[in-house]
Amino acid sequence: MASHQIKLTVNGAAREAEVESRLLLVHLIREVFRLTGTHIGCDTSHCGACTVILDGQPVKSCTVLAVQADGAKIATVEGLEQGGKLHPVQEGFTEKHGLQCGFCTPGMLMTASALLERNQNPSEQEIREAISGNLCRCTGYVNIVKAVQYAAGKMR
Amino acid sequence: MIPAAFDYHRPGSLEEAVALLARHGDEAKVLAGGMSLLPVLKLRLGSYAHLVDIGRIPGLDYIKEEGGLLKIGAVTRQATLERSELIRTRYPILGDAVPLIADPLVRNRGTVGGNLANGDPANDQPAIMLALGATFVVRGTRGERTIAANQFYQALYTTALAPDEILTEIRLPVPPARSGGAYVKLKRKTGDFAVAAAAVQLTLDGKGAVARAGIGLTNAGPTPLEAMDAAKFLAGKTPDEKAIAEAARLAASESSPGADVRGSVEYKREMARVMVTRALRTAIQRAGGQ
Repeated sequence: MASHQIKLTVNGAAREAEVESRLLLVHLIREVFRLTGTHIGCDTSHCGACTVILDGQPVKSCTVLAVQADGAKIATVEGLEQGGKLHPVQEGFTEKHGLQCGFCTPGMLMTASALLERNQNPSEQEIREAISGNLCRCTGYVNIVKAVQYAAGKMR
Repeated sequence: MIPAAFDYHRPGSLEEAVALLARHGDEAKVLAGGMSLLPVLKLRLGSYAHLVDIGRIPGLDYIKEEGGLLKIGAVTRQATLERSELIRTRYPILGDAVPLIADPLVRNRGTVGGNLANGDPANDQPAIMLALGATFVVRGTRGERTIAANQFYQALYTTALAPDEILTEIRLPVPPARSGGAYVKLKRKTGDFAVAAAAVQLTLDGKGAVARAGIGLTNAGPTPLEAMDAAKFLAGKTPDEKAIAEAARLAASESSPGADVRGSVEYKREMARVMVTRALRTAIQRAGGQ
């Protein structure tokens, strides 16, 4: 049982893979599916750079086994843009300068998009709480909060 | 970081899971949300030849009041507790604590059972279970048994669970009238373990004196700690500021924290005293006292 045939949906497309028990979800996404928008930061479930949406919930994919995602629906940053049109959170980060180096951005975008799925009108406090598991070392978060507020406005 | 190789098992029932644990003994470990276990495996602080994933066994994810008890399925996610109206309105001690655990993304995966069964004195929920007088339901090859929370934690990362046993349910007595609880935690930042934290659950009698008090401390020694001297001191007393101060002093003197990056022994003891003081004040207020 050290290797497993798994099936999952990634950004709406059905995918299959044969994975070793110990393969991490983030490595499946980056190295097997070649979706390198999802970043590996601290690799210890602190920084949130590896955040993806697993069955509707943002999770740290460095701390999930690929085999645990068998049958799940995964969304990564590559799936945000639809038909050449940026997702409102992507537009917000562009408009409000929600990034500098950009390393945390894919994780921030996924967490923000998940927040806005369940709360279309978050307060500043709710935004700050939602992104509290995603670390940014550049912006001081002020513009990230503005970017999410911008996206919320766009989505209402 | 990549964990050492292991075999992953996904049993479809508790019976299957328990049989796998019995077969592999010390070489097997239960996987629920994985928020404690996966970092251990990745950092290679520990390794197991077999992981038994109980995350998809049906019927282990629920929060319900039944027969004078609040019952929580062991695989209930922290995020589910956090969004539960029942928890928020009737169990403020848990309502206080859950948003202070790790961060929102970790809470989407982490389970109550994992937080409790891991046996880590830095985890937040064990102290709450001690304060509430919880009982844990466990299942093994010989069937089901219950273990009181105050009998569960034996040493650092060591619990009363036998190698073939799985924690399946947490049972909390529904608090009687004039009860209140609170959890207060000092931490350096989101995601950090407690410098010190206190769980208090108490019930007042008709005259406003303390009928029962439970006090648990997080990260205050090698196991989650029940501050029994402090609780005993409070029983029968009117919980005024003087009594609160003495109970908090007793609780701090019962603690035995270790020095680390979060501070010296003296600092942590002092913070434990402050956390107990604050938790007592809030719990008393919530119980309808002063």
